[in-house]
Amino acid sequence: MAATSAPLGQRAEVMRIEGVDKVFNGDVVALKGLNLTVNSGDFISLLGPSGCGKSTALRLIADLIHPTRGRITWAGGQKAGDLGVVFQEPTLMPWATVAQNVWLPFRLRGKTYNSVKDEIIEALRLVGLDKFQNAYPRELSGGMKMRVSIARAMVTKPRLILMDEPFAALDEITRFRLNNDLLALKEKIGCTVIFVTHSVFESVFLSDRIVVMAARPGRVIRELTVDAPYPRDEVFRTSSDYAAYCRQASDALHEAMEGVAA
Amino acid sequence: MSIVEDNTAAAPDVDEDELRRRRARKFERIGKWVLPVLVMALALFAWDRLVVWNGIPHYILPGPWLVFSTLISDWPILFDALLVTLQITLMALAVAVIGGVGLAVLFTQSRWMEMSFYPYAVILQVTPVVAIAPLIFIYVDSRIAGLLLCAWLVAFFPVLSNTTLGLNSADHNLRDLFRIYGATRWQRLRYLQLPSALPYFLGGLRIAGGLSLIGAVVAEYVAGTGGIGSGLAFRILEAGYRLNIPRMFAALILIAVTGVVIFAGLSFISHMLLRKWHESALKREG
Repeated sequence: MAATSAPLGQRAEVMRIEGVDKVFNGDVVALKGLNLTVNSGDFISLLGPSGCGKSTALRLIADLIHPTRGRITWAGGQKAGDLGVVFQEPTLMPWATVAQNVWLPFRLRGKTYNSVKDEIIEALRLVGLDKFQNAYPRELSGGMKMRVSIARAMVTKPRLILMDEPFAALDEITRFRLNNDLLALKEKIGCTVIFVTHSVFESVFLSDRIVVMAARPGRVIRELTVDAPYPRDEVFRTSSDYAAYCRQASDALHEAMEGVAA
Repeated sequence: MSIVEDNTAAAPDVDEDELRRRRARKFERIGKWVLPVLVMALALFAWDRLVVWNGIPHYILPGPWLVFSTLISDWPILFDALLVTLQITLMALAVAVIGGVGLAVLFTQSRWMEMSFYPYAVILQVTPVVAIAPLIFIYVDSRIAGLLLCAWLVAFFPVLSNTTLGLNSADHNLRDLFRIYGATRWQRLRYLQLPSALPYFLGGLRIAGGLSLIGAVVAEYVAGTGGIGSGLAFRILEAGYRLNIPRMFAALILIAVTGVVIFAGLSFISHMLLRKWHESALKREG
C-alpha cells in the first residue's frame, strides 16, 4: 500500500520548533535560535559537523532534555506513541526475541502481545525480518539488528520518527541497502522522519529537506530542498541532479565547518 | 538473507592444521575432566603412602581409606548433621536473595535510601562474622534464628552489591527509549532493569551460595558449645574433643562436597537462565 506524501508546501504541520536555545552547565551553548517546522511526510536531514547540536535537537524533540529558551509544539498536542526513535546503535534488549523487542512500545502502553501480533508481524515483514521473529539479537547481523530497531520505531505508526545517525556504524554496502529500504518503507507507510547524519550523500539521497547546521554555537545556517521525486533508486544516485544537490549540500557543509554564517 | 549458512553441502577436505586444532580441542575437552581426577588420585596415593611409610597413628593423621570407611560407618550421624547444616545454608541463601534483591531494588528506586543505608551494609559485610556471632547468640533466643542471621550476614552482601550494580547498568539508550515511550517506574524496573541485572545477580548468587555455607558453619562453631549439637561443624568440634580424627576428616569432606554441589547447582541455574542471550553463557569457537 503506497502512501505518497503531498508535495512540499502542501503538507499538514506535525511539529514546530520556535526559537529554541539549549545551554548546558550555564555557559555551553549547544543550540542557538533553532527554528524548524516539520510537516507530515517530510524527510528532513540534519546535516553538520560534530558538535553542531544535531543530536541535542533530537533529544529536545524527544523531550529527553528541555529547552533553555523557546518552545516545541505539536499540532493537536503530543500523545503517547507519537514518536518513534532509532539510535546510532540498534539498542535492542538482548534478553528478548526480535518480536518481543518490536512489541516494546505497545507493551509499555499496556497492550498484550496477542492484541498487537498482526502489527508486529507486519512491521517485521516490512523490514524483511518476519522469518526471524523468534531469533535473539545476538543471532543477527548489524544490519538486521538495525532493521529490527526501525521496525520497533514504526510499529505504532508514530507521527514522527527520529533517527540519530542510524547507519553510521554499518559498512558501505549495508548502508546503501538500508538507505534504499528506508525510502521504500517511507513510500509504503508515509512516515515523517528527522534523520541526523554526517554524510552529504546520504542526506541528499534520503531527504526532501536538508537542514545544514554549524557548530559553536550549534545553529542552522542553511536549509536546502531536494526537489527530486520519490521513489529514488540507483538511477537517482548516479544522476547529474544528485551530483548537483550533493555539491550544494557539500558547499553548505564547508561553510558550516569554516564557521561562516550565511 | 539467512542467519545460518547452508551446511548441507559436501564438507571440503580438511587440511593438517585444522585436524591438529581439532585434536587439540578434543584433548582439552577430555583433559578438563581427567586432569583433576588424576591429581586427586595422586594426592590420595601420596597421602596413603605418607601415613603407611611413616607409621603415623590414626589420631594424628588417618589414611584416606580409614576416612572413607568412617564416612560409611558414621553415615547416619554425619548425614543428620549434614541435613541440619544444609537446612541453615539454604534458608540463609533464600533470605539473602530476598533481602539482597529487595534492598537493591529499594536502593535503585530511591537514591536517598541508598545513601542512607548502603554504608551500613558495607560495615556489616566487612566486620568478621566470628566477631558478631557471639553477640547474636546473646541477644537472639532461638538458636536456629541466630544461626540463620549469622549465615545471612555473610551471604547477603554479594547479592545486594551485584544486583545494585546490575540494576544501574541498564543500557542508557534503552533507558531513553523507555522514557520516550512513557514507561512507568514499575515498567522500567520490570522490563529493563531486572533483566539487565540478571547476569550480575546470578554472579552474586554463586558467591553467596558458598558464603552461606561458610556462614552456617562458622555460626555453628560459635553456637555449638551452647547446645546446638547436630550440625556438621559441631560434629567436627565434638570429634576433635574425642580425638576421633577420621570423623573430623569425613565431616570436612562432606562440607567441601556440599559447597561444590551448591556452586555447581547455582552455576547450572545461571547457565539455563542466560544460555540464550548472555555473552557469559554463549559458546564460541576459538
